[in-house]
Amino acid sequence: MYSKGFRATVAKFYPLRPPAGRDQNMAQDELIWRVAGGSGDGIDSTSQNFAKALMRSGLHVFTHRHYPSRIRGGHTYVEIRASPEKVQSRGDGYNFLLALGDSFARNPQDDAYYGNEEVKPLSENLDDLREGGVIVYDEGLLDVSEIDDFDERVEENDWHVYPLDLRGLAREQGREVMRNTAGVGATAALLEMDTEPIEELMTDAMGGDILEQNLEILEIAYESVKDDHEFTHDLRIPEHDPHDEEYALLSGSNAIAYAALDEGCRFIAGYPMTPWTDVFTIMSQHLPSVGGISEQVEDEIAAAALAVGASHAGVKAMSGSSGGGFALMSEPLGLAEMTETPVVLVEAMRAGPSTGMPTKPEQGDLEHVLYSSQGDSHRVVFAPGTVAEAYDQTRTAFRIAYEYQIPAIVVFDQKLSGENVNVPAAHFDREPNPDLGSVLTEDEIAEAAHHSSGKFKRFTYDHEDGVSPRSLPGQKGGRYLATGNEHNEVGHISEDPENRLLQMNRRLEKMENIREELDSRDETHQTYHGPEDAEYGIITWGSQQGTVEEAVDDLNEMGHSVKSLGVSGLMPFAAAEVEEFLESVESAMVVEMNATAQFRGLIQKELGRYGDTMHSLLKYDGNPFEPAEIVEGFEVQTDGDRASTAANTRYEPAVGD
Amino acid sequence: MSAFSAIGEEREIDRDEFTPGIEPQPTWCPGCGDFGVLKALKQALPEAGRTPDETLLVTGIGCSGKLNSYFESYGFHTIHGRSLPVARAAKLANPNVEVIAAGGDGDGYGIGGNHFIHTARENHDMVYIVFNNEIFGLTKGQTSPTSPKGHKSKTQPSGSAKDPIRPLSLGLTAGASYVARTAAVNPNQAKEILVEAIEHDGFAHIDFLTQCPTWNKDARQYVPYIDVQDSDDYDFDVTDRREAADMMYETESALYEGEVLTGRFYVDEDRPSYGQEKRALGEMPEEPVAERYFDEDYKWERSADLLDRHM
Repeated sequence: MYSKGFRATVAKFYPLRPPAGRDQNMAQDELIWRVAGGSGDGIDSTSQNFAKALMRSGLHVFTHRHYPSRIRGGHTYVEIRASPEKVQSRGDGYNFLLALGDSFARNPQDDAYYGNEEVKPLSENLDDLREGGVIVYDEGLLDVSEIDDFDERVEENDWHVYPLDLRGLAREQGREVMRNTAGVGATAALLEMDTEPIEELMTDAMGGDILEQNLEILEIAYESVKDDHEFTHDLRIPEHDPHDEEYALLSGSNAIAYAALDEGCRFIAGYPMTPWTDVFTIMSQHLPSVGGISEQVEDEIAAAALAVGASHAGVKAMSGSSGGGFALMSEPLGLAEMTETPVVLVEAMRAGPSTGMPTKPEQGDLEHVLYSSQGDSHRVVFAPGTVAEAYDQTRTAFRIAYEYQIPAIVVFDQKLSGENVNVPAAHFDREPNPDLGSVLTEDEIAEAAHHSSGKFKRFTYDHEDGVSPRSLPGQKGGRYLATGNEHNEVGHISEDPENRLLQMNRRLEKMENIREELDSRDETHQTYHGPEDAEYGIITWGSQQGTVEEAVDDLNEMGHSVKSLGVSGLMPFAAAEVEEFLESVESAMVVEMNATAQFRGLIQKELGRYGDTMHSLLKYDGNPFEPAEIVEGFEVQTDGDRASTAANTRYEPAVGD
Repeated sequence: MSAFSAIGEEREIDRDEFTPGIEPQPTWCPGCGDFGVLKALKQALPEAGRTPDETLLVTGIGCSGKLNSYFESYGFHTIHGRSLPVARAAKLANPNVEVIAAGGDGDGYGIGGNHFIHTARENHDMVYIVFNNEIFGLTKGQTSPTSPKGHKSKTQPSGSAKDPIRPLSLGLTAGASYVARTAAVNPNQAKEILVEAIEHDGFAHIDFLTQCPTWNKDARQYVPYIDVQDSDDYDFDVTDRREAADMMYETESALYEGEVLTGRFYVDEDRPSYGQEKRALGEMPEEPVAERYFDEDYKWERSADLLDRHM
């Protein structure tokens, strides 16, 4: 069925071409700083602090993390995009490279499988650097003579290169690891930015001699770069006013964990797996101090089963994993559906199948999350598109799970999991909701229906919303049997056809009621962007939303008429909204990070049509979309004359095209 | 005041309270050892002072998994092999609930073997009853992890090439702090062991020999049985890990020679339960978390108060 779509136009895409309107002319408006080095060299913490400093100085920031599945060594980088305007994606390419050395690099050998690791922090990062960009590299660890055609490329692209002996400087100051700080000082000097926010952050995080040494090296690096170098580049820190409200720098994983805490979740069970480990770690670090329990267990079957057990006994509980671990959860997930035990699971997708690419994002687990486990699935699935949505939708997931006694899943990916973005602090200033949902008190149990023998009727047939309230072990008069078998009103195993239909229909009815409730809310979980009367549409789900929205802005600036829809309500499907959107446009391009257009398939399945209205733009090379790729994809598909130059994305035409 | 007033209730408890009015008659085959477990359990709970409403009986899948259909209490009939992770989380959520897990030898030593090892290792304060009939019963007689070597069945037509699991040794090695074996044909001993197991603060593993008269006709009815505590032939210290290990090895080997040794094999009263360990580390509150949701005065923590580190 995908035969047509597998025609990929292969062309060299090098370097990435920014769209008109967002090219070098705009370079002054944004900084995209990439710090590159080896895994284990502290790139992550250095970049986080620098991002925070930029945020504190009044800029909006967005980070993108690229790392290998290795502990020590291996090329890694973090990109920080900073702008006076709100930023929603990593952007197209970047304009400032700080190349630190990889202190764990293996010795270079001819034809080494991992290539020449020593020069990778520099050599691996040149393709995406924009024209006119700045390169700072540590000449104490990197030798440009080992890079083919380095000087030619510098000249061709009008790059401005500043070799600095950061390692030497750090050694002089006592500790080699401080070359990161020296690099940040050099960056600040070249961008003519104030170092005060950086110093403040260092003061918050360090103390004693370490702080003194770091402050000193920051200043030495800053001053010496300022004094000893003639700046040939144009790039400076973007001009901006201070923020008019307070911001916090958070990742999607932070937001999910904080939403869980605010919903009164006090139990988590898990098994480590990238990238789910972030949520698990954050929860495990906070739960003890709020009187909660975190359990690292033997496998993901146990993890999900523990969450079910804790929830059954009356504690709001969650578990989660990434693709392979989530596969192991399919049985407890089905048990939660059948026993109507509320539970929240998170699935942090990474590139599959099987072990796939553990540290790379993909959206290939959509069908896995929707349908995993035997029988007719009935569960709630949200796919937040941003860090703020991750918080909101995780809270909704808990509320729905506990009200409707149903498993709710938050599906996201390595991209949203790890990217840091500034979110208004006020977004988190909300009341907690520890409500257990449809649970009875002992007084209510006394009034509730019981079998003549005294057993509580936990699964009665007639309820307006399909929900039959539950009791908790230890409550007087509330005893009943929960079972994964089909069961009657008191929970005893029953294969009676009439009972089967009543119970199945009641459980499935909850799905309709949940969709109805979500649709009747003041605020939708779907995200709209662009002019309402636009001719064309772009539909996406999950973490690509911000990138799509930037592409929509670019396209409109370029004269196209296009709007976007980011869908979060995957199950029960946000059918009415998606249908209305599709009805309002000529055609829609569905953007997703997988190879088989799973989301487009879901829309067709749920709406029963639009096969000839939707075409796909797919990417599954391990890297998220950049706005320019979506811009180009749109132009190629709506304008028959433009040919694709993209090697990394694939188009799949509409059915019948 | 507790929201769970069935817990710790002081009153006379009649063993008939544990017979469900809705399904008083088990559907097990006549002569099945499972009846012995049910009977012993119904006797043990009143003796240990537990009521149906404060007890959660968590089972796996198989004939043994039906136990909580025929036993009146809170029940959770889970999935094959997964009774232990469900049960131990319920215990952590509300440590005042009496949690008992049960399942067959395939359930506990086969498909759920990993959970058995880790639940024992963590020493959760709960009872785990393994119905050991050396066969898969409900699926009609296939070889199980405890079937003797050479056991012939439809799925092992030439006889099993595998040595059976040594369940007692496995429980001990994994970390269970109470390990016993009893037999359905000896309900008095079974009841006594169950009472001890309930009262034990830690993971109490009971390998319960339950004859299967339908699919394992070759197997003995586990008679005559010998209580190692009563017999002059055996003298070992149940609190001594090494002596216990030797006795278990002898017991497991003897079963396949036709000698049924039962009794307590290992008891460690000093080892803290998992809940005690977690509380000592500050990783679990003193009050049951389940109670907090009913406490109207509790000031629930807010993530807004955690934001400083992100600003």
